[in-house]
Amino acid sequence: MIRFENVSKRYPGGREALRGVSFHLERGEMAFLTGPSGAGKSTLLKLVTLIEKPTRGTVIVNGQNTSRLSRRAIPRFRQRIGVVFQDHKLLYDRSVFDNVALPLVILGLGPREIERRVRAALDLVGLLGHERDAPITLSTGEQQRVGIARAVASRPDILVADEPTGNLDPELSLEIMRLFERFNEVGVTLLIATHDLDLIERFDKRRLRLVDGLIESDTAAPGRAA
Amino acid sequence: MTRSLRRYLSLHAQSFASAAASLARQPIATLMTALVIAIALALPAGLRVLVGNASSIVGSWDTAVDFSAYLAAAVAPERAREIAEDIRRRADVEAVRLVTPDEALADFRARSGFGEALDALGENPLPYTLVVRPASGAAGDVEGIAAALREIDEVELVQLDTEWVERLRALLGLAARVLDVITALLAVGVALVVGNTIRLEILNRAAEIEVIKLVGGTDAFIRRPFLYLGLFYGFAGAVGAAVLIAVVLELLAEPTAAVAALYGSDFRLAGLSAGDAAVLFAGGALLGLAGAALATARHLRAIEPR
Ligand SMILES: Nc1ncnc2c1ncn2[C@@H]1O[C@H](COP(=O)(O)OP(=O)(O)O)[C@@H](O)[C@H]1O
Ligand SMILES: [Mg+2]
Repeated sequence: MIRFENVSKRYPGGREALRGVSFHLERGEMAFLTGPSGAGKSTLLKLVTLIEKPTRGTVIVNGQNTSRLSRRAIPRFRQRIGVVFQDHKLLYDRSVFDNVALPLVILGLGPREIERRVRAALDLVGLLGHERDAPITLSTGEQQRVGIARAVASRPDILVADEPTGNLDPELSLEIMRLFERFNEVGVTLLIATHDLDLIERFDKRRLRLVDGLIESDTAAPGRAA
Repeated sequence: MTRSLRRYLSLHAQSFASAAASLARQPIATLMTALVIAIALALPAGLRVLVGNASSIVGSWDTAVDFSAYLAAAVAPERAREIAEDIRRRADVEAVRLVTPDEALADFRARSGFGEALDALGENPLPYTLVVRPASGAAGDVEGIAAALREIDEVELVQLDTEWVERLRALLGLAARVLDVITALLAVGVALVVGNTIRLEILNRAAEIEVIKLVGGTDAFIRRPFLYLGLFYGFAGAVGAAVLIAVVLELLAEPTAAVAALYGSDFRLAGLSAGDAAVLFAGGALLGLAGAALATARHLRAIEPR
């Protein structure tokens, strides 16, 4: 589902953020991307969502080589990927409902279908009843859950999250990770960047550890290890 | 409805709502921008109405090629009638009216409003006047009659009113050309004002545009609310311009009627015709759209998620 082949990324004028990274995340797999700050986690996720393109190597997402996608093809590509950000990236002048509805509106769904899916997504993250609220009136954890509802409302094949629990207390963090685990159970492929090792200890999932732009270790889910 | 049409309409409804919401968020700024556009549109449109009115006055003189020949003050009534008869017999003359000094004075008194000043004169200073109506409006014919009149000793002055009509007509033609240039310049101005307003709106909403691009919004989807915004500004400006013109014409109505009455005319200022209004509204909307298209083409691409 997500395949990196010897991928390097050098920012203009900067040093190499990724240096020959290779891995393959299968359809329906869930993995944590760990490593210290500055290791290249965000860069790797940006290559998946086509915010950046690799300097060298190949990134294949959903069967598509991202280096070969034209500018015009990017929106359709992104419509099949859900993204969760550490800073939520909500639209603060719109209601919770409108925020979650945004990707569905982009897909051109009818109002009834949008309503149904938004409510389903908000129900999943435990925010049903908050449709009319302004995001600013919600707590950080609730805002993050609105962001997650938006990411899953369009039922994407892939969900990537960059430090989704970065600003949350341990209890809320655990709750959010459990949420991701449930998406994985219904077949969504997930790649989650986090440096919260204590948190991921509690999940039986694959771990990719990045250090200084290199994959230092790629450990399969501990429970499944031979 | 087919699925794709429904999808299309729903996207447009959403864009429209988004544009309307962004206008409602800053009503004062919206109003100011619309007012600037209204004034820029009202200027050429209003001048066009005025020139149109002037042209219609001059145009109504097309058939009025009558001209006057003033006889010397001392000419006797019999001689005056004789001269009138001679001229009337010409083939190129349709009619001649002889105006006596008394008639001329009464007429002048009634039209000019200088009655009391005339009373102070005591004696009637006006001569006999021949008002000649040529058989055709052709310039050559008129000149021929005028030349014949000038030959007559007792004719003191032949006044060809048509000359200044021609000059006025030429001036109005020039004014129309100048107006075309002004219209073109202000049209560009309107497009630029809308374009700049849209540019600021795009910059204000850069974060939002980034998020929309991140969740897969196409360029067309992102552009659409801004195009609606431009269309709205242009149209609202045109409506404002029509209102401004109507108000100014209303203010001018009474003074115009008073002047017209002095000339014995029941002339009334004409406002925007339905056709003019349609052109104004469509033109305003299109200029707004053009300005928005320009701004989105230049500025949306630069905003990319990081
Ligand atoms: N837009 C950018 N331009 C230049 N350098 C960047 C940019 N983004 C990240 N970097 C650099 O790339 C390296 C990896 O950053 P990042 O991928 O954000 O790491 P992480 O998310 O693991 O903290 C860092 O050294 C960072 O300074
Ligand atoms: Mg990071």
